[in-house]
Amino acid sequence: MALKLSDVIAPPADGREKDYQWTLNFGPQHPATHTTLRIILNLDGEVIIHSIPDIGYLHSGFEKLGEHLDFNQYVTIVDRMNYISPVANEIAWHHAVESLLGIDLTPRCKYIRVIFAELMRLHDHLLCVGAAALDMGAFTAFLYAFNQREKINELNEWASGQRFHPSYTRVGGLQRDIDDNWIAKLRAFIKQLPSAIVDVTRLLNRNRIFLDRTRGVGVLTREEAINRSVTGPVARASGLVRDLRKDEPYLAYKDFDFKVVAAKEGDCLARYLVRMEEMQESLKILSQAVENLPSGPVNAAVDDRMVLPNQLSVYRSIEGLIHHFELFMNNRKWSPPVEEVYAATESPNGELGFYIVSDGTGTAYRARTRPPSFIHFALFNHLVQGHTISEVAPILGSLNIIAAELDR
Amino acid sequence: MSNEIPPVIQALGEAVSAEFPGGLLAITTFRGNHRFHVCPKHAYGVLKYLRARAGFGMLIDLSAADYLQYPDLEDRYGIWYCLLDVDNGRRLIVKTTANDPDPKVESVVDLWEGANWMEREVYDMYGIEFLHHPDLRRILLPDEFVGYPLRRDYPMRGKGERHNFPVLTRAEG
Repeated sequence: MALKLSDVIAPPADGREKDYQWTLNFGPQHPATHTTLRIILNLDGEVIIHSIPDIGYLHSGFEKLGEHLDFNQYVTIVDRMNYISPVANEIAWHHAVESLLGIDLTPRCKYIRVIFAELMRLHDHLLCVGAAALDMGAFTAFLYAFNQREKINELNEWASGQRFHPSYTRVGGLQRDIDDNWIAKLRAFIKQLPSAIVDVTRLLNRNRIFLDRTRGVGVLTREEAINRSVTGPVARASGLVRDLRKDEPYLAYKDFDFKVVAAKEGDCLARYLVRMEEMQESLKILSQAVENLPSGPVNAAVDDRMVLPNQLSVYRSIEGLIHHFELFMNNRKWSPPVEEVYAATESPNGELGFYIVSDGTGTAYRARTRPPSFIHFALFNHLVQGHTISEVAPILGSLNIIAAELDR
Repeated sequence: MSNEIPPVIQALGEAVSAEFPGGLLAITTFRGNHRFHVCPKHAYGVLKYLRARAGFGMLIDLSAADYLQYPDLEDRYGIWYCLLDVDNGRRLIVKTTANDPDPKVESVVDLWEGANWMEREVYDMYGIEFLHHPDLRRILLPDEFVGYPLRRDYPMRGKGERHNFPVLTRAEG
């Protein structure tokens, strides 16, 4: 019943000889794939008739691990899914865990998470835009974007001690609070970012080569976007105006004034422009959040026995020690309801949701990720048909496929 | 959020029950997730009805779980479809079940093209067969892989696949 890859690659047995068609293997290692993707292209001259994506090179059983690591431990794995917006994944994971456990976050925690979510959006969009330009030969734009991304990594490091995989969120709170120095650093970052965005814009927006290679390439209509479960910037560039930050406000997104960016064209250029404009909106949210950052604790009420106690109380009080013990021993931990919950956040790449099935222990019985990269890469064959080989790179770049999230 | 079933969902449930007698087994709600538990025989019909008549035009997520060690549950596999009404922003989860020895459900690729890879992933991880799927083959694991790793009776450290991985020597290659 089940097919094999070789069945799909073999030419259809309809009797007609199509010896002018040829097959090209693209990847798994190719500069434009950035990680390991393999695409088998069926070509007529230079025109792509059909493509067969072959994925799974980075599959490492994240969802199986999610069934064996507890709610706080699994955050280190979630980090490594979309590694160019790690904290956004952590926020999505703990958003789902917290809606399962019914935890209300403190206002300060909500704001800090919003700040990090938006930093990650900038981080993700900068890399996506930069790398897409790089694949088309625009090296300078990539360097301007990458330079800014470095500063966000520094902010990660200052807040959590880790640059790339911060593992910053915890059930009901954060690993630790941010301090005034961090806020000063963030303010400085917000101040200088627009000039870098302007640099990228000037290099690309009127660049003849860039426009020729992206305009009208890989067009996705709104109907197809709905039919193919597309979310995030890719959907918004096709006129499907959905943004969970507005439609189903989570964290503190209700408090901020920002717009949902959308376009109608649905081609690679529209996806690029939507991402560029979203960065401006993220900056708006960031500056509002940092100026109105509430004071108070970052962790939810300790009495509920859901949140890790602070170090001082663990070392200096018996209550704190017991509380810490209860959350760390394998036979104790949290006791969530025996239920299942789906909760999603708007990650830079689209709707990142987690479906958690809980059997009443501190470890998820099933931790399903709804990975936007996986769903967007399924589009690839649809978008690339009828284009030439040289258009594979812009289409891949505009979809922002992160293979670690694709394969998990 | 309260766990009461809102009247809109209740009314939709009644409409589905009227269309498919005995098809809708239960409606549950938890933290804003509304779920229709559907009998496997009617699952495809209910989904088609929800897409065509109730406006749920988008399939957000499709996946499954193996409830082998789950407390108080008889059916082994649960498959869920997270639906979204794009115009009104309503969400609904449809759950159905499948059982050993030959877990099967009807494919929904003809309703939502987005289901294609998601069903392939469920097939790859759980061995649940999607009938009438256009291209049902393993997606993340290699074609020759034996077993279904997300099943609960599959050990976390694997069954020695890594240990027994064939090594090609230079002379053979």
